[in-house]
Amino acid sequence: MKTMLNVALPKGRLGEKVYAMFEKAGFECPSIKEQNRKLIFENEEVGVRYFWVKPSDVAIYVERGAADIGVAGKDILLEYEPNVYELLDLDIGKCRMAVAAKNDFRDDPSRTLRVATKFSNIARSYYASLDRDIDIIHLNGSIEIAPILDLSDVIVDIVETGTTLKENQLEVFETIVPISARLISNKSSFKFKNQQIEKIVGEISAQLGK
Amino acid sequence: MIINDSLLKYDEKAIFALRDLYSKYGFTQYKMSKFEEYDLYVKNKDFLVSDSVITFNDTNGKLMALKPDVTLSIIKNTKDIKGFVQKFYYNENVYRVSQKTKTFKEIMQVGLECIGDIDEYCIAEVLALAARSLVTFSEEAVLDISHLGILSEIFDYASLSEADRDIAMKLIGEKNIHEIEKLLNDKGVSEDRVKEIKAVLSAYGDSDTVLATLKRSCIFKSGSKTLKDFENVINAVKLCDLGRILRIDFSVTGDIKYYNGIVFRGFISGIPSSVLSGGQYDKLMKKMQKKSGAIGFAVYLDMLERYLTSPKKCDVDTVIVYDEATSLELLNNTVEAYAKKGSVCVQRCIPEKFTYKTLVKISNGEVNILENDA
Repeated sequence: MKTMLNVALPKGRLGEKVYAMFEKAGFECPSIKEQNRKLIFENEEVGVRYFWVKPSDVAIYVERGAADIGVAGKDILLEYEPNVYELLDLDIGKCRMAVAAKNDFRDDPSRTLRVATKFSNIARSYYASLDRDIDIIHLNGSIEIAPILDLSDVIVDIVETGTTLKENQLEVFETIVPISARLISNKSSFKFKNQQIEKIVGEISAQLGK
Repeated sequence: MIINDSLLKYDEKAIFALRDLYSKYGFTQYKMSKFEEYDLYVKNKDFLVSDSVITFNDTNGKLMALKPDVTLSIIKNTKDIKGFVQKFYYNENVYRVSQKTKTFKEIMQVGLECIGDIDEYCIAEVLALAARSLVTFSEEAVLDISHLGILSEIFDYASLSEADRDIAMKLIGEKNIHEIEKLLNDKGVSEDRVKEIKAVLSAYGDSDTVLATLKRSCIFKSGSKTLKDFENVINAVKLCDLGRILRIDFSVTGDIKYYNGIVFRGFISGIPSSVLSGGQYDKLMKKMQKKSGAIGFAVYLDMLERYLTSPKKCDVDTVIVYDEATSLELLNNTVEAYAKKGSVCVQRCIPEKFTYKTLVKISNGEVNILENDA
């Protein structure tokens, strides 16, 4: 029997795009396209098992070995710093991690900067690199309203098109880091399922023209 | 004393097996106290896996710590003896913050340290013992070996600054070749050199294949002593018939403030993270005002039990339930008869969720086997 390669895919549109890449690379699993509520799909013939998980959980599945490989956003990798290999930039799901504030915001370096964010680790590292004293306000959603309600001076968040910011009279002041989807691997799986993983990396690299 | 080793837990058996292995090669046990002065760890904070340490004030007011690490204590207590290598092994509990749960954990660690005039044989012996330690647990094991001297030559080839070397080292540890390429491009490294560096850093696999890639590379063409030493050590380990589990992997890195030369990490199939980690740490020795060189490794036993053993199917082999009419003689005889076959638990009634293979009920002086799943 073929050794199964377990792949954690992020639920949603990004995951579907990623699956298409895997399919093209020869790791197809037709049952994944059936309309149902199943979360695990496998193709024993090819030796692959896919499962849909919450995008922010992919790195945990991979780090703990429940998945051998997976696809996670760079934002998640920077925020949680999982102990995994980052094998490939898939050049999809592109956006940026940015500092945004009200259009009329003027930074006063003599005051502690209040930063609202879902990405406390990224924000802390960024401002530490600038030697800036900050007060982190960790929020789980609707980050954009924090400066409007004077809960914070700025926000650190993912910006894709900037439309949400614009509609809330906010604008980007600094880009911290560009974000895209990355192919990650469990460190131990990379050793023991090396051929399968290298094959996927090779095939997808070729698709991306890398 | 006769020991029934079926009662030993997997990690307890592993400790005995490793102690036996290390003793055979002339390593002596280093036993230490659970506590150490906090000062030792403050001075070498970056060397620790996590920088949080459990501290307390001793009765004399001194700030003490529950040991988060064993190596520092061993170095502190060794003397420089010219031409001699002190060989120690240990099995100790260490207390550190788990990277996964972010809370303190007690971790049983077994390992060894060689301190003194470290030569190629000594390095090869330690690597072979690391490989043998892994094979003790499973034949499906991999010992990844890297050399910080080789990485340093690669950084020289790219003329990277100290700050950029730190960034590059982190990316190499992640096998993040695409961001290394970006870093090198941003630093103005020529396209040809970037290509050479990428080829070397992405090389992974058996030692012959990777060494051939290294020798072909322009980076080492002028004849690198580091590469020659690396090859000698790898070949020496292969002489011990351990080549099958050796891999060269430059993603094994270490803090260059403390480590130099060979660094390595061990994996076992089915366990999601490394179970063994080690390397040469001459720079740490120097930092601690020692003239000797040093190399060692630690085996982390906490993962082995969980992944290499199945959960117990039942609490006990036999439960004997008796009533008030049962004579002590009959009860004793029955217990002794079943104790010869396995574990026995004598109860008046069976607690909820208590699991067993055989139920023996003694009622009105009669012995009945009521349930027998064995």
